[in-house]
Amino acid sequence: MERKLMKGNEALAEAAIRAGCKCFFGYPITPQTELAAYMAKRMHKSGGVFLQAESEIAAINMVLGAASTGVRAMTSSSSPGISLKSEGVSYIAGSDLPAVIINVERGGPGLGGIQPSQADYWQATKALGHGDFQLIVYAPASVQEMVDCVVKAFDRADKYRMPAMILADGLLGQMMEPVEFPEINPDAYDKSGWAANGHKFKREHHIINSLYLQPDELEKSILDRYKKYEIIKKTETDAELYLTEDADIVICAFGATARVAKSAVNSARELGIKAGLFRPKTLWPFPVKEINEAAKNAKCLLSVEMSMGQMIDDIKLAINCSKPVHFFGRTGGVIPTPVEVLEEIKKLGGAD
Amino acid sequence: MATTEILLAGFGGQGILFAGKILAYCGLMDNKELSWLPSYGPEMRGGTCNCSVCISDEPIGSPLVLTPDILIAMNQPSFDKFVKEVRPGGKVFFDSTLIEADTDRTDIQLFGIPSQQMADENGLKGGSNIILLGKVIKETNIFSLDTMKKGIEKVVPPTKAQLIPNNFKAIELGMNA
Repeated sequence: MERKLMKGNEALAEAAIRAGCKCFFGYPITPQTELAAYMAKRMHKSGGVFLQAESEIAAINMVLGAASTGVRAMTSSSSPGISLKSEGVSYIAGSDLPAVIINVERGGPGLGGIQPSQADYWQATKALGHGDFQLIVYAPASVQEMVDCVVKAFDRADKYRMPAMILADGLLGQMMEPVEFPEINPDAYDKSGWAANGHKFKREHHIINSLYLQPDELEKSILDRYKKYEIIKKTETDAELYLTEDADIVICAFGATARVAKSAVNSARELGIKAGLFRPKTLWPFPVKEINEAAKNAKCLLSVEMSMGQMIDDIKLAINCSKPVHFFGRTGGVIPTPVEVLEEIKKLGGAD
Repeated sequence: MATTEILLAGFGGQGILFAGKILAYCGLMDNKELSWLPSYGPEMRGGTCNCSVCISDEPIGSPLVLTPDILIAMNQPSFDKFVKEVRPGGKVFFDSTLIEADTDRTDIQLFGIPSQQMADENGLKGGSNIILLGKVIKETNIFSLDTMKKGIEKVVPPTKAQLIPNNFKAIELGMNA
């Protein structure tokens, strides 16, 4: 396999094309724009459709329409644009449609800034729209992992008939790293039972819908969806455990921040502090089993995030508040440094 | 080899990101681990521009270079801002046509060459960045000349392939400066 040098945003786009994405709808926004630009250049050559919509809201509803016909469809944006898409995401979830949504996060709230952030963790994992629903959320930490996540996101979206999200950030989107594209042969899922792709008078209409006026019918559709979520929670969690076996202090970080945290863990080890790293690769479902394994010998945990601390609650719930969970973060587009994280580790783990 | 952290900084339009890309591709040619991270946003349009490149035998942690081993500075504000951050024992390469090296640091090595003037005198308009890269490979052992040439061939787009010999010439000028 050839190692290529690519920006994270471009690698996301190339991976989507290789994973069989046939429809991309988007609207430009920094720091995600290279993704849409790459799609504009390449999509038609692979027999797909690139369309720059008139707005983010239009783009997500085009995804809803394309996904209804059974093709692999995707949209991407950055934080403020993702907020605009939330209504459409809820409709996609309520209609049991597969789709991939990419968020290359920037600082918020409001228009915020254009530098990297992870402050959309709550939005992605708790409530990307109204109603009872979840997305599968992947958190890659390198350009290579961005490729792998896109392939997996399309597969799982089809498998479970639900939207999947890649939660990246401006740092990962803008950086270049070597990347390899594996041979991708996407599994073909049979969509003939629901896709609205033309009945040709040979079968009943397929209706894509999220409206249920009878409460018991709506409740049943939600309960069915939550049965699926229970399976996903058991089977789809993924995390990296780094030097956690004997760790006194376990740093919890995802995405770009996990790279900073890993540098700090290595420096702490050189100073004789037993630090380790727990890095969730799926944010929903949260890797509960994996964090309990990582923290089994730890005295405390430290969540490091590019936000005011949105993952801490999930960590506390996952370990049932059995150990103290501390926090260090920078927000608004400021990237924490390995030195800053090391100082926090020293405060917590170096004292005794 | 531990990670070599390189910071390139100057005005937008001086080829900071391009020079960074050449270093990144050199890393790729030598089968190293590497990362390239540009500053992005309004500061690129006419203001200061910088680019972090990490080269290593091991996976790169944070791609953001805060304390460079090698600083390549192409304007005065960048030199003044980043010379303070260079790791002790580090090396600073700068264009002495545009920069007055005013620093009291004695724990770093300074290599100033009039790269802008050299580019102009040799008909290599816009080649100041590449001349500085030539000086870098002469004074460090980060990449061989052969690797550098391969890196250039990778970065220069096929439609501008006629510019490759000029880039090679710029590298040699820097190496002999």
